[in-house]
Amino acid sequence: MIASFLIQTLNGLASASLLFLVALGLTLIFGVTRVVNFAHGSFFMLGAYLAVSFYGYVGGGVLGFWGGAVFAGLAVGVLGALIELTILRRIYRAPELLQLITTFGVVLLLKDVVLFTWGPEDILGPRAPGLTGAVWIFGKPIPQYDLLLLVLGPLVGLLVWLLLTRTDWGTRVRAATEDRDMAAALGINQALMFTGVFALGALLAGLAGALALPREPANHNMDLTIIADVFVVTVVGGLGSLPGAYVAAVIISVVKAWCIGIGDVRVFGTVFSFSKLTLVAEFIVMAIVLIIRPWGLFGTPPAPQRVTAASILPMPVPDLKRLWPLGLVILALLALPLIADRFTVVLATDIIIFALFAASLGLIMGAGGMASFGHAAYFGAGAYAAAVAAKAGAPFLVAVPAGVTFAGALAVLFGWFCVRLTGVSLAMLTLAFAQITWAIAFQWDSVTGGSNGLVGVWPPELLSDKTAYYFATLLLVGGAILLIWRSVHAPLGYLLRASRDSRIRAEAVGVDVRIIQWRAIIVAGAAAGLAGALYVFSKGSLSPDSLSIPRSVDALAMVLIGGVQTLVGPVVGAVVFMTLQDWVVRATPYWHAVLGITLILITIIFPQGIVGTLRQWRQRREAEP
Amino acid sequence: MSVPVLAVEEIGKSFKGFRAVERASFTVEAGELLALIGPNGAGKTTTFNMINGQLMPDHGRVRLGGEDVTGWPPRALWRAGVARTFQITQTFGSMSVAENLLVAILSREKSAGLLAASNASHASEIQTRLGEVGMGHAANTLCSVLAYGDLKRVELAIALVNDPRLLLMDEPTAGMAARERGALMRLVAERARQRRTAVLFTEHDMDVVFGHADRVVVMNRGRLIAEGSPEEVRASSIVREVYLGGAALSAIGGGGESSA
Repeated sequence: MIASFLIQTLNGLASASLLFLVALGLTLIFGVTRVVNFAHGSFFMLGAYLAVSFYGYVGGGVLGFWGGAVFAGLAVGVLGALIELTILRRIYRAPELLQLITTFGVVLLLKDVVLFTWGPEDILGPRAPGLTGAVWIFGKPIPQYDLLLLVLGPLVGLLVWLLLTRTDWGTRVRAATEDRDMAAALGINQALMFTGVFALGALLAGLAGALALPREPANHNMDLTIIADVFVVTVVGGLGSLPGAYVAAVIISVVKAWCIGIGDVRVFGTVFSFSKLTLVAEFIVMAIVLIIRPWGLFGTPPAPQRVTAASILPMPVPDLKRLWPLGLVILALLALPLIADRFTVVLATDIIIFALFAASLGLIMGAGGMASFGHAAYFGAGAYAAAVAAKAGAPFLVAVPAGVTFAGALAVLFGWFCVRLTGVSLAMLTLAFAQITWAIAFQWDSVTGGSNGLVGVWPPELLSDKTAYYFATLLLVGGAILLIWRSVHAPLGYLLRASRDSRIRAEAVGVDVRIIQWRAIIVAGAAAGLAGALYVFSKGSLSPDSLSIPRSVDALAMVLIGGVQTLVGPVVGAVVFMTLQDWVVRATPYWHAVLGITLILITIIFPQGIVGTLRQWRQRREAEP
Repeated sequence: MSVPVLAVEEIGKSFKGFRAVERASFTVEAGELLALIGPNGAGKTTTFNMINGQLMPDHGRVRLGGEDVTGWPPRALWRAGVARTFQITQTFGSMSVAENLLVAILSREKSAGLLAASNASHASEIQTRLGEVGMGHAANTLCSVLAYGDLKRVELAIALVNDPRLLLMDEPTAGMAARERGALMRLVAERARQRRTAVLFTEHDMDVVFGHADRVVVMNRGRLIAEGSPEEVRASSIVREVYLGGAALSAIGGGGESSA
């Protein structure tokens, strides 16, 4: 028992080393540039693929493996510098949320670069020469390579620490981390340093990717899997803390390894499979830390943010006389099935469902000022709950409310933690929650169907016709969207926007900001759950993709394309996004790259989105005599 | 003797061994304007933040009308009748002036519904309250485009929506033009007299202090060193010594009176 515990601890420490290297790079970059680099997981993935290719050219042996790791690190470092020079440099002054989305654009772009270069198959990498055997400890084998990794992580960490504390460059980097303005005033060349730090951070991630090869093949899920873990590590350890990154990486990895080590345990005749609870364990660790220290084990509470008035657009009560376009839209939607073919009606049903998904995210992001990178958790929860209920024999009119209720309940749970954080920490937490929800759906075969998902979920006879289902969707979604719009100018919406504009002023007039934000998250979660429930009955089947990170980012993209701080923006964004996606997917297999580039361009050139930009133009025109 | 609106009893606070405030005690009576002054680093802001709920004192109590409110969060204090304004004005920038007041009214009414209409039933109250601070004409203007002096008035109106027993003002006239300062403070003083509101404010501008305060409390190095009427404080040699390094406080204060 003790022996297997020890083995699993060593195994966990080896995993922790890789996680730490990636988290270290992320933390270094954040410290100096204040940008959370979403693409850090992509650097990790690229490192793995580059090392595989190097091995392919050079062949095996010490040079093939270790040379490959060094080459991968350096190449990713250079790529990081290029990305910093071309993209990151333009967004340092942008709001945090936009920065995250820009770097997510890079994630999507790199995903397709990998697909284009290396193809869709997993590629087995080389094993470390001379370290392919195992060491026997207490009669159990532990891979030699794991023991090496276990040492390598802290060793690289030490080297970085020496670089930061014993060199002039490191001193300047630390100065910039402490106080950017002061460092600039002292004449430190910021531009050069930012590029350098970004390259170093990318190098660490690329190196970690190459070193991960003996343990897992190079594959297309590496980027988002590792970044979700790294975000958890960063939230637990405290954003910007080097020791925090290591301690948190160790805690998370070791707890996970223990869960696997415990395996199946029989309690009162029921078998609990701990090895399937690794993600739940991760969630519990994160939850405990957040309850005790919301800013992470080694983090410090951020100074209260002052939102500059210029960055927030007003959300006036709509003028009834200007609502005629909405009437036209409703008429057009009602007439659509009369003039369109079946394919268009199905696409329109999808668009309407995603309009609600986007509008629900728009409520918490626009009016609430809370970034969510995990909104698909509620969409997927609603979809799965409705599908499971339907499979158990519940009629449509019970299954859909069940989906809404379950998603709302999940929002009660997640929201309670979310309102304790703000800014990028909040964004990372939402992403981690969504990733955990995804993994549960992926692993819980007996209920969710695992990776196959659930099939054969159809609406009742009355709605089985595509046109009938279209009208049912239109009615339910229309009602829900109007409710969300209404709520923005109802008391809840006013208090929510007030909390966003000035948290301390809101608190000083008796507003319990956390409670208000929590309520908004629950409303948005339930609404997204409705969208998910309608989606599963429209498609007839469901897979874990419906709550994956890319699905969350779809919603973000819709909100952003339309305009965050406008009422109709998210809905317009959903229409544009879905139509564009339908069109591009048929034209090229590289939809991710197109979306990625779109996101990068939008965040850099049109941060107000379509509706926001149009409104600015109109206001400017009206301002002129 | 009646119970004072605010009673600060021997409160103290240290930061990493540095004693920012030591055993400070004072009271504010209904209808009284009390100025808390002192050189930079004297502990004014720390004292102020222990009263408004932003900081928990290490020891001592804060009482509101006799009730112990030590360590209550700002929102609970507001519900108990404590309003405050900030050194750097805090309003809701994306909203109109009227909507800014609406938020405070909705909060007061504990109204946070999802569907209820917000505006109509409170329109007349909002107009009245804006009129009281001389901002009735600007109800539909966005807060983000207001001049700073007007913004200060709007913030005051927001804070007063709960008709407070105690109004806390942190550097109320910082950043304002000299003429606007007097006008704002006269508004506050008038309110204090009419509604018997107790007012505690910190201030750097001696014109404002000696022109409008009923009583002055002076801090230095974390301790209260003097307390009394503006005349007494101005005449105090201790205050002169620590506050202006011996410079004639009376001359500065005197100049203020004539312009106020």
